[in-house]
Amino acid sequence: MSENPDRGWFDDVDPDGLEGAREAIEEGRADAPADWPALAVEAGFAVDEDAYYDRLHEATTMAARETIREREAADDRQLVHAVRAMDDCERTANELAERLAEWAGTVDPDARTGVDYARELASRADVPPEERRLVSLADRVVGLADEAAALRAFVEERTPVVAPNLAALAGPVLAARLISLAGGLESLAKKPSGTVQVLGAEDALFAHLHGRAPSPKHGIIYVHDAVRGTHPENRGSAARALAGKLAIAARVDHYSGELKPELEAELDDRIATIQARTDSGGDTDE
Amino acid sequence: MSDNLPAGVERRDFDGVDRLATRGEPVYGEPTDGEWRAWDPTRSKLGAMFELGMEGGFDGGDTVLYLGAASGTTVSHVADFAGPTYAVEFAPRPARDLLSAAESRPRLFPLLADARTPETYAHVVESDVDAIVQDVATRGQARVALENRRFLADDGRLLLAVKARSEDVTRDPADVFADVEAELEAAYEILERRRLEEYHTDHLGIVARPR
Repeated sequence: MSENPDRGWFDDVDPDGLEGAREAIEEGRADAPADWPALAVEAGFAVDEDAYYDRLHEATTMAARETIREREAADDRQLVHAVRAMDDCERTANELAERLAEWAGTVDPDARTGVDYARELASRADVPPEERRLVSLADRVVGLADEAAALRAFVEERTPVVAPNLAALAGPVLAARLISLAGGLESLAKKPSGTVQVLGAEDALFAHLHGRAPSPKHGIIYVHDAVRGTHPENRGSAARALAGKLAIAARVDHYSGELKPELEAELDDRIATIQARTDSGGDTDE
Repeated sequence: MSDNLPAGVERRDFDGVDRLATRGEPVYGEPTDGEWRAWDPTRSKLGAMFELGMEGGFDGGDTVLYLGAASGTTVSHVADFAGPTYAVEFAPRPARDLLSAAESRPRLFPLLADARTPETYAHVVESDVDAIVQDVATRGQARVALENRRFLADDGRLLLAVKARSEDVTRDPADVFADVEAELEAAYEILERRRLEEYHTDHLGIVARPR
């Protein structure tokens, strides 16, 4: 369609059913615009410009609607929503559990904090009427905690399908969090490893860029054993090595989808070398 | 100040406050008065530009190319007072809201495309549009304006909201704006510039015409 500069989106589109309109709008190319309404009328696509605009409206909204639906149904989008919902449920359950503990302390001498206590409270029989609200709140806390657990199970099951290498390297939940922070698997695949390394540490990164703080060594990947299990002195190196492999894994997952088990072996090898620096108390240079 | 408002945009009284308004279906929960809906300048850079008295050169029924339509907050107001309005947005999530704004506006055309690659929508967007409104939060905002010059009529207007933080978060916004203006000069003559600080931090409003 790009060869002829005078071809508008409507050229091969059936004016009545608008068949092929979506493809024409999305796949079409032109270097320069033209007076499309006039050309469309000339070509008999519409009787006048008003009718052309009506068809254009119908075609563009239809194309946009279908594309949005497709892109939103894509698996990595589902994963992003699920992992965010999981975090929200966990956070809210913990917050409410705190509130509950504070309240329960006034009526129950054995009150404790946390979701486990809420579970205990919610399962009580023979609740006196004045404690009914308290127990009902405990019930909600349990419900939210259970939903968070169910969402975690969903994430753990889906991530290896969407991003097998990333899930193998980072673990399914961390992998899903990285995808969520980047805004999708494609965006993650396009990020340099230095960005992957500090995803989730944006506050610290911008403080650094403004000259107010040292550069962050790691963002969310801190929770990975390769970083947390390394002596603080070498965590920067470990985070850099891990982020490099994660960035590669994300690219393989997005662009080819093939499983590359050697990535995991390479990472283990590299981390072992880094951790050996402190184990042997010896050299600390790169 | 209201002399500069485009036809179809009016100052109206909403609960004792004088606000900009256009006529159309409400989109984002804004206050309404009959068929008029308030246009919130803190949520819309174009709204802020009009609120500050910048002259957009609209004379009713204009054809508009809107780059960076996002969820359709601003573009819905544009479609209320202008003619055919092409709304370009790249991200699917906000485009879902844009789509619902477009459904009640027969001359608003949503296009899921990247404003940095005009050749992907030049076969749909007509030539010689009367105005380009640009509010894209990416690096290279001047580049986007230059690339899209091809759509604008020779006597048309570019209404541009520059977000300094999209270019470089660490530089002084004034320096960023100077660079953007210098780059724009290649194809545009800048008629008016104003910081939108009252409504949007680190944004500059620019009205320009093609050279």
